[in-house]
Amino acid sequence: MTLKVGIPRALLYYYYLPLWRTFFEALGLEVVISRPTTKTILEAGLQNSGDDVCLPVRLAFGHVLDLKDRVDVLFLPRLVSIARREYICPKFLGFPDMVRHGISGLPPLIDPNLNLYHRDSPYPFFFALGRNFTSNRLAIYLAYRRAVHTQARYVQLLEKGLFPEQALAVLYQGVAEGREPGGGGPAVAVIGHPYNIYDPYISMNLLSRLARNGVRVCSADNLPETLVREQAARLPKHLFWSLGQRMIGAAWHYLQSPDVDGIIHVASFACGPDSLTGELISREVRRRGKPFLNLTLDEHSAEAGVVTRLEAFLDMMERRQFLPAGESVQ
Amino acid sequence: MKVTFPHMGHMWICLAAMLEYLGVEVVVPPPTSKRTLTLGARHAPEFACLPLKLNLGNFIEAAERGADTILMAGGCGPCRFGYYAQVEHAILEDLGYNYRLVVMEPPQRHVGELLSKIKYITGHSSWWEVIRGIRFGYQKARMVDELERQAHYLRPRESHRGSTDKAFQRALQEIIPVKHPRDLPKAAERARKIMAQVAIKPRPVLRVGIVGEIFTLLEPFANHDLERKLGYLGVQADRSIYLSEWINDHLFLGLVRGLRSRREACRAAPPYLNHFVGGHGQETVGSTVIYARQGYDGVIQLLPFTCMPEIVAHSVLPGLSNELDIPTLTITVDEQSGEAGLVTRLEAFVDLLARKRGVVV
Repeated sequence: MTLKVGIPRALLYYYYLPLWRTFFEALGLEVVISRPTTKTILEAGLQNSGDDVCLPVRLAFGHVLDLKDRVDVLFLPRLVSIARREYICPKFLGFPDMVRHGISGLPPLIDPNLNLYHRDSPYPFFFALGRNFTSNRLAIYLAYRRAVHTQARYVQLLEKGLFPEQALAVLYQGVAEGREPGGGGPAVAVIGHPYNIYDPYISMNLLSRLARNGVRVCSADNLPETLVREQAARLPKHLFWSLGQRMIGAAWHYLQSPDVDGIIHVASFACGPDSLTGELISREVRRRGKPFLNLTLDEHSAEAGVVTRLEAFLDMMERRQFLPAGESVQ
Repeated sequence: MKVTFPHMGHMWICLAAMLEYLGVEVVVPPPTSKRTLTLGARHAPEFACLPLKLNLGNFIEAAERGADTILMAGGCGPCRFGYYAQVEHAILEDLGYNYRLVVMEPPQRHVGELLSKIKYITGHSSWWEVIRGIRFGYQKARMVDELERQAHYLRPRESHRGSTDKAFQRALQEIIPVKHPRDLPKAAERARKIMAQVAIKPRPVLRVGIVGEIFTLLEPFANHDLERKLGYLGVQADRSIYLSEWINDHLFLGLVRGLRSRREACRAAPPYLNHFVGGHGQETVGSTVIYARQGYDGVIQLLPFTCMPEIVAHSVLPGLSNELDIPTLTITVDEQSGEAGLVTRLEAFVDLLARKRGVVV
């Protein structure tokens, strides 16, 4: 019987699923992904995590619970750093410990450290990960190579303009690559953490809601890494959060881009890094005067509120385009 | 150049001593107050942590007194503190303040970056003098810590309520005006004498360790004078990090021997927290374990609302508290926290500890 490895559909799932999934499958394991977020999953997460913990982490608890009884081992890597001299967020560093002490009756956790703070190659991480399942070094290396290859293809698809779910469908379900062009509507950049903007339940279908309104949507993940980093390098000091780098770099790029008409910044309530990066972004946007919407999500957000704010934002964009320059609406 | 820096408890005493010894003109911000907080909270990002808001208020108030240069520490994450200076500077700029910013960052490429910043602030001083200045500031920090420890011991035992605090303030007044290292030993003697005159009565006392985020631990305005409140409730408080220990750990890289250091605390944290999480998250967990082993009656964790490392620590504390049988109380502070709510919670906690120990406090 093949061993079942559980991967929660949370946190950096939208960044790294192809990498992880391909690696495990190449080693002959069965990968089980938690089900898409539902009210039940979220509520289970809320009940089993502390009150002060942010929504994405509480949701991740829910996804761990969803997998708990269906898998043999749980894959919860300790993501310390995914780039040189950068971190993600302290909660990612402590996540395996938080889960271990918050949920009882868990299957064994596989939680190797991914720490690229001082080194460039993630291979030691994959080697340590692979050793949990096989002693065959060559098999681990080959699985790693294949995983890196699939991940590269995934990133290519994102840079063509696809969103993670669409790209994953291309990779794993054989769906054709094409993406329906959004027509002649306005273009909006959605800037936010992947676990907020790509989770349809948490974001209240933000992306598809925009698309249905004829808006062409793009995100930080549609931009090449080098471009994003170039832009973020304009900050007075190297930003030590990798996700913040992406958000700021993308915001700076889209702010200058004449093809993008407005920017939506999505943050979770009381998100630490976002409280500072969001501030830098909104100050820059104010200086440049592009339409801007700041959406804060938490477990109490209601659909009606989000819809109202989105409608107001889209109305504002429409007016700006039709009004002659220099005139303002009183 | 008029240099200012953010407040953090009594840190200003040792920073001002060091800079003035080196001939730098210093503007100490007015003591952190309600006004500081209001100013800071009005202009800071809503979800920024409390220290950032208070820092910002300090800088606005210091500008009113003529400060034009900010001296601050930096960092390289993942705690937000590492990016405070840049965000605060952007906000101050948009508000129209014209501050120069000097951030002491841990050197990323070579130590020259740091040295050049020290030279920029101290100007004509020689390196030898700079070292003596730092040493002087550090000696003052040691002295202030010694007095504070004594105050923690005396407060729950004093015969007349408030006599410790009066003595402590008078003792500090002996230390603060000292301008030269050679005058410090005598001032220290006078300060010790003042503390020794506080009359005490023998009575049962509970011991509580205070752990958590460094700023809220050290700044009485941020923690609503927690240590004094505990003292009046019959509790001898011990803070897991004192200023001199923090300086030794972070500036001297633990070179001064015989001081409690973060390394022990971090070593005690597993299996509850197996990895550093930035800030003082791992120290918080480790210190709690150490307090439990030392037979303390309870532990209080202090953190600013939305503090990421402390939230991680907080989520493993309940399990630890059960396993090691040590009650813990977590107190989150921000601009909304009220004093009455805090007092009620403290009283209930101390009550619980007293019952557990079977004493009447």
